[in-house]
Amino acid sequence: MSVGLITSVVFIGGGVLWILVQSVKGRDVDRRWIFLFIGSTVALALLFHIRFGEKATPIVKAAFNQIENLPEGASVLIAFDYDPAMEPEVGPMADCFIRHTLARKHKLFLMTLWATGQALMTNTVEDVLKPEFPEAEYGTDYVNLGYKVGGFGVINVVLSDFRAMYPTDAHGTLLDSLPMFNKVRSLRDIDLIISIGGGTPGVKEWVLFAGNRGNIPIVGGTAAVVAPLLYPYYPRQLVGLLGGTKGAAEYESELTGNYDRFKDMDTPALRMMGPQTMAHVVVMAFIIIGNIAYFRSRKREGK
Amino acid sequence: MKRQIPMMILSTIGTIFVLAYFSPGLEELEKGGSIFFDVVACFAFFLGGSNLVRVHIQKIARHNPGWGYSIVTLFGFGLMLFIGLFKLGNPLGIAGAPTEPGSWFQIIFQYCVAPLSATMYSLLAFFVASASYRAFRAKNTEATILLVAAFIILLGRTQLGLVMTSWVPDWLSIAQIPNLAVFIMTSPNLAGQRAIMIGIALGVVSMSLRLILGIERSYLGSDS
Repeated sequence: MSVGLITSVVFIGGGVLWILVQSVKGRDVDRRWIFLFIGSTVALALLFHIRFGEKATPIVKAAFNQIENLPEGASVLIAFDYDPAMEPEVGPMADCFIRHTLARKHKLFLMTLWATGQALMTNTVEDVLKPEFPEAEYGTDYVNLGYKVGGFGVINVVLSDFRAMYPTDAHGTLLDSLPMFNKVRSLRDIDLIISIGGGTPGVKEWVLFAGNRGNIPIVGGTAAVVAPLLYPYYPRQLVGLLGGTKGAAEYESELTGNYDRFKDMDTPALRMMGPQTMAHVVVMAFIIIGNIAYFRSRKREGK
Repeated sequence: MKRQIPMMILSTIGTIFVLAYFSPGLEELEKGGSIFFDVVACFAFFLGGSNLVRVHIQKIARHNPGWGYSIVTLFGFGLMLFIGLFKLGNPLGIAGAPTEPGSWFQIIFQYCVAPLSATMYSLLAFFVASASYRAFRAKNTEATILLVAAFIILLGRTQLGLVMTSWVPDWLSIAQIPNLAVFIMTSPNLAGQRAIMIGIALGVVSMSLRLILGIERSYLGSDS
């Protein structure tokens, strides 16, 4: 056990005990103490770099295998349908998908249906794709289609014709002049769609308007709060799903475990699982303490 | 005419989209409709932007509570609009995308908008913690079931759940907390979600039919 973990456990234990004593005595614990406690718990875990190992669950493993089993040079579309609020949760997924697909030498089509997605896509391209895959050539190995307004309307159009909606890429280059588009006319020529997002339009719209109609396999990556809503689509309409930071952490562990070149890669989701685990423990303790106090007060009132 | 024309447009476009969804031959027609829809959707930006400016100018003019924040909002809106439209600081000039690496737009987005937005979202953690202490009570059977399920999911999403039940033999692996969490997500949750989705889908179908057939007219406004 590391010093950081022991310090955090002692801090959490002490704090929980104090709140338990106050609650049992019937004293109201000011919510500012609660805020301070949860904030400090997360801060401690971050400061001491507390980390836990992760093992991929079947739903994440299915997503990993889907990319793994595609033939070399397959066409993969990644949709960055999210905003900065969701970025800490789903950004690491985008990084992983970029790494995995390019390591497998697939062709990457990047696009977004969210106005805020384009800037985040630029960050991923600049921070992950270009430095880690300098051999990847624009127009031959990857292309950035940028943002288009219209939500599912855009999916409807590109399902039958990319050029009708995107005469050019995000940089103003004609699609016909990009080698990647020689054999790609519509979404039906894409081998896999990876939808990353947690709102509307997002994974659900990609499943309904592209996956179902075009018979294209879809892998999803969403914020944790949205994941339960997408389970009904798994495993037929959605071949794999990454839910929240945990899903991203599991995917990172799969990548680092299976590829030597990614052994030392940055793993923000695995890093975030430490603070998240600590926060979950505190929330569970609060639920227990809250209920103890509730039943004690009911007993007192009953007397 | 004020009522008939919008109703005719809605009925025609709605019928085209429904037919095109099930008839591959009508794909071109649907594509045209979708492009038209996307063009119309662009105007939402003008509408949204102008509405934002109008509301905040009114707030400032009337010195409503918090009018100072409206100044910040308008300043931020104007700044991003100006920089984005004229591509200020864009390495590729006016021809480059607004989010070109190194452009002022991208820098402000990356170092101001993104952290501020993520910070706002992260505040949820504090309110969730406070709510878990004050509101999550086993007051009746339904609340108790919900509480137990939430507890298992919370534990199952951490290493703690795995450690706590790692002693459980393999033939009883369903009793391991992470597996229990997966079971809750893929069985009771799935059943509930499917029921809700089927209900919503039936509602959407009936409402769409009412709109296409001209029975539902509330979208035309109160004077209609």
